[in-house]
Amino acid sequence: MTEEIAEHKSQNRLMTWVNKRYPWNLFWKKHLSEYYAPRNFNFWYYFGSFSLLVFAAQIVSGIWLVMEYTPTADASFSSVQHIMREVRYGWLLRFMHTTGASAFFVVVYLHMYRALIYGSYQKPRELVWLVGMVIYIMLLFEAFTGYVLPWGQMSYWGAAVITSFASAIPYLGDIILIWLRGDFNVSGVTLHRFFSLHVIAIPLLLCLVVFVHLVALHHVGSNNPDGIDIKDKKDKHGVPLDGIPFHPYYSVKDLVGVVVFFVGVLLHLIFYAYFSRSFLRA
Amino acid sequence: MKEEIDQKRRCFLRRATTAVGGIGLAAATVPFFSYWMPSADTEAAGAPIKIDISTLKPRQQLTVPWRGMPIWVIYRDQPMLDTLSKLDSSLRDPLCEADQQPAYCKNIHRSIKPQYFVAIGICTHLGCVPTYRPDVASVSPDWLGGFYCPCHGSKYDLSGRVYKDVPAPLNLKIMRHQYVTDTEILIGQDAEGVQGAISIS
Repeated sequence: MTEEIAEHKSQNRLMTWVNKRYPWNLFWKKHLSEYYAPRNFNFWYYFGSFSLLVFAAQIVSGIWLVMEYTPTADASFSSVQHIMREVRYGWLLRFMHTTGASAFFVVVYLHMYRALIYGSYQKPRELVWLVGMVIYIMLLFEAFTGYVLPWGQMSYWGAAVITSFASAIPYLGDIILIWLRGDFNVSGVTLHRFFSLHVIAIPLLLCLVVFVHLVALHHVGSNNPDGIDIKDKKDKHGVPLDGIPFHPYYSVKDLVGVVVFFVGVLLHLIFYAYFSRSFLRA
Repeated sequence: MKEEIDQKRRCFLRRATTAVGGIGLAAATVPFFSYWMPSADTEAAGAPIKIDISTLKPRQQLTVPWRGMPIWVIYRDQPMLDTLSKLDSSLRDPLCEADQQPAYCKNIHRSIKPQYFVAIGICTHLGCVPTYRPDVASVSPDWLGGFYCPCHGSKYDLSGRVYKDVPAPLNLKIMRHQYVTDTEILIGQDAEGVQGAISIS
């Protein structure tokens, strides 16, 4: 027994050094290995993790796309064609991003549905819900600005119609419209600034708000399908009797769910994504 | 050294610093908001333009792009002008009560000079460009001449006034303009100033 501990300790000299300077072990325990989630999570509880996964996938595929995309009126459409036809696996990255965008909404709507059917928005999780609403609205703007970037017909007219809503504001509507577009009509100026919003401004803010969402959740713990508060009954160490540590139980369970999810997403990407791009209709 | 802390002084200093700091912060946001307004070259590209109508023949239509929109100038002859008073019962807004034109175009010919119709050629329904159909009975047996939008069937008379029972809700929009000479029209500016935002599309 002592040999094991000694071996353990020598392997962890690096981690001991790190932990004196950064609360890694504390984080690991508080949010993963000793963070207790209800043991009765069902199918509806996959979609929060899936949302985070799709968000990460959009960031990664987005970073790769930006390496070959040009955000000007003259070159944007052809840069997307260049990605599709000439960049190695460019078609895959592009479809990952467009399929991911649709998948993001599917997943987020199912995630919201879970909250509605199980009352996860009720006390003490009101802030989790409200912050989630903010995330949803930001996601809509992110998707909107992203759709403009290929600069096809749907991109242009979508931008024209949605920005023209600003003109409904009394008195200031028309000037706000010009301010928003950067020009008297939707043009390359609008495209370029939507690029900035889509790639930097909104994703950064989303990261921040998602972080707040998770902090709010971890502060109170998850709801569950039976609606029982697992913190009501704890053992002598303070561990909820109906709770299981997130890691390894839900990390592994979510991984299995992710594999099934990826199968579905890949089927869409390979077989259907090509046809859904007719919606851009340049 | 005084033992008591002068709370009133501290309170005043805190409030004064916050106020000045707040003004500074508000001032600091001005460049960030102004940055979004059209840049100098963009404004120049959207500046008012002059259209030369000296070669325009009767019943002819001239289309000139400006700010991403088609600007029409149509030379209406007398028979075309005579049709304008015959249509009141078929039109949604014959007296141009909706704010779709400058004050000097709020008349039956919706123009400064009766023979020249100057307007933005964008359908007020969903933004297509209507076709110019001056010939009598060309669109329908009782058609006296006007504009017909091929997208969803909206109809306008030769003053751009919208018919009833069509999808389009408003008369064709007319931007500010003025006659520099008898054959040159300045689009986008009149005595009162330059045209601002137009929320057509």
